[in-house]
Amino acid sequence: MTEILDPQFWFFVAVTAGIYTILGLGLQIQFGFAGLLNFGHVAFMAIGAYTMAILVVKAGLSLWVAAICALVVVVPVSLLVGLPTLRLRADYLAMTTLAFAEIVRYVATNEDGLTGGSQGTINLSGPGTTASYNREWLDFVEVVQGWLSPILGDLASRDFVSMLIVWVIALVAIVVLQVLVRSPWGRVLKVIREDEDAAAALGKYVFRFKQQALAIGSLLAAVAGLLHAFQFSFFSPADFVPLVTFNVWMIVILGGTARNWGVPVGAVVFAILYAGTRFLDFAPFSWLDPDERAYLRMIVIGLALILLMVFRPQGILGRRDEMVME
Amino acid sequence: MSDLPQLVLNGLMTGSILAIGAVGVTLVLGVLRLLHVAHGDTMAFGAYAGLFFTGLVGDNLAVGLVGAVVTSAALAVLVEYVLWRPLRRRRAGMVGLLLSSIGVALVLRHVLFWVAGADPKQYPVDLMRVYEVGPFRLAQSQVLALPVAVVSILFVGWLFSRTAIGKQMRALSDDGALAAVAGIDVNRTIVVIWILSGALAGLAGVLQGLVQNSFNPNLGFQLLLPVFAAVILGGIGSAYGALAGGLVLGLVMEVSTWQGFLGGVPASYKQVVAFAVLILMLLLRPQGLLGKARLR
Repeated sequence: MTEILDPQFWFFVAVTAGIYTILGLGLQIQFGFAGLLNFGHVAFMAIGAYTMAILVVKAGLSLWVAAICALVVVVPVSLLVGLPTLRLRADYLAMTTLAFAEIVRYVATNEDGLTGGSQGTINLSGPGTTASYNREWLDFVEVVQGWLSPILGDLASRDFVSMLIVWVIALVAIVVLQVLVRSPWGRVLKVIREDEDAAAALGKYVFRFKQQALAIGSLLAAVAGLLHAFQFSFFSPADFVPLVTFNVWMIVILGGTARNWGVPVGAVVFAILYAGTRFLDFAPFSWLDPDERAYLRMIVIGLALILLMVFRPQGILGRRDEMVME
Repeated sequence: MSDLPQLVLNGLMTGSILAIGAVGVTLVLGVLRLLHVAHGDTMAFGAYAGLFFTGLVGDNLAVGLVGAVVTSAALAVLVEYVLWRPLRRRRAGMVGLLLSSIGVALVLRHVLFWVAGADPKQYPVDLMRVYEVGPFRLAQSQVLALPVAVVSILFVGWLFSRTAIGKQMRALSDDGALAAVAGIDVNRTIVVIWILSGALAGLAGVLQGLVQNSFNPNLGFQLLLPVFAAVILGGIGSAYGALAGGLVLGLVMEVSTWQGFLGGVPASYKQVVAFAVLILMLLLRPQGLLGKARLR
């Protein structure tokens, strides 16, 4: 039970919540504002992280250049995914994006030469050597620590600074999205969500607006992927299972659709619940072995999702009249 | 390695499992606007139920099959009464139904993990036994599974074309409001759709468990994406389309590994082939093989 009092652990939970907030904002613009059913969100997180890591390890690029390249790569990929699906009914997009994300994971698992295969990025420069890509990030965190330690003293630990950086990025993303959705562009998105034909009749090119929403959301997913990669200095295809996408959906619905400030609320609640199950080490939970506790956690997440949809589908901050029904 | 006739045979096996799995998904999507993500895990449930009932009476696979079909159908009906009907009464939209289905999938899969464990399980068939029929080499599991699959597909085809309840299901999937006005008891037909969907999912699970030799609770989720692809291939809501889509997709997935075809696709990329077929289909004929143009 001592872990529950350890601030470093809670900084780590906050980092997770921040990364999920950025992912959730991407889905919020796609689903909450444009009504797109993207069930392959995690794919763009994976593409961002892998592009960066591969460019650093294999091409010897600087981490920052590689990160920008990764963001640049994600945009055309998202447009390609949207091309055959965005003109069709919503269920097609849901199925195709889910399948796309699984394909990305298959490729990452099977193309050992490119991605390091199922062992992950540690294997990027071939067996026998340990590949690492985030030295520059760790240096950067240290520099920020140097700025903050005169003010904050011992509080400015590595985990605390990481948390700070992630949340600054998340808050910037919230503010930018808030400006975007209140602009004329954002109002067109809402019209498309409510009535596509009406938007088309007003002379708006619906397909292009959907493409833009898909691209912006995917870009945010890639940012989250980069931060995930920086944080953990190593990742594998197992980090990009469909469950991550489902978690993000739960966060967006929990916070409230079409509510940008709902996303961090949903992400924090989710992260506390998720981390909280770690402390179920008293009876009767202590009778279970670690595997069983992991299964129990997934069953709880599944039940929470069902109960949320039955009893409060508009989420914590959402309004029923702005709920996306179809 | 394998020659073309053998791959065609394997393709028919894979394809008929996908076809049997896809019928339920397409009807549930067509009638309830519910993209049933938990369908894959219902198949996994069927595979484990089949294993349980097979062991119950001295390794009798027929008993296992019947047990799996009955319990999977019962499970589907139970969830209809406990969850889907209340959600429909609360006017849940497509997204609400889809996310609830993900919840059901997570619960079902991890209950299976919990109860049955993560280690691979096997049906009691002789893996070494191989039958040679003409140019084909059939494993014992295929000899058992293929006739069951063919008969089931013919049965489903007969059900939809010749029986009143089959026609009612198709009518409801085609145009729900019109079917209701025409006097079809909607709630009763929906229950029948769940019975059929669950029973076929259980059957597909047992067949996949058989031909895959060993399986764990992830069996269902691995089948789910090819099943979705088969549904789109056949046209959403079209029962015959799902059968045809499943068979075509299974054939394409297996034959794509043929070395005569540009050296063949690596076997681990069969799912990618299914996805490529799906994309091509969406670009060229989004209404599906047998579907009607009603895409928005």
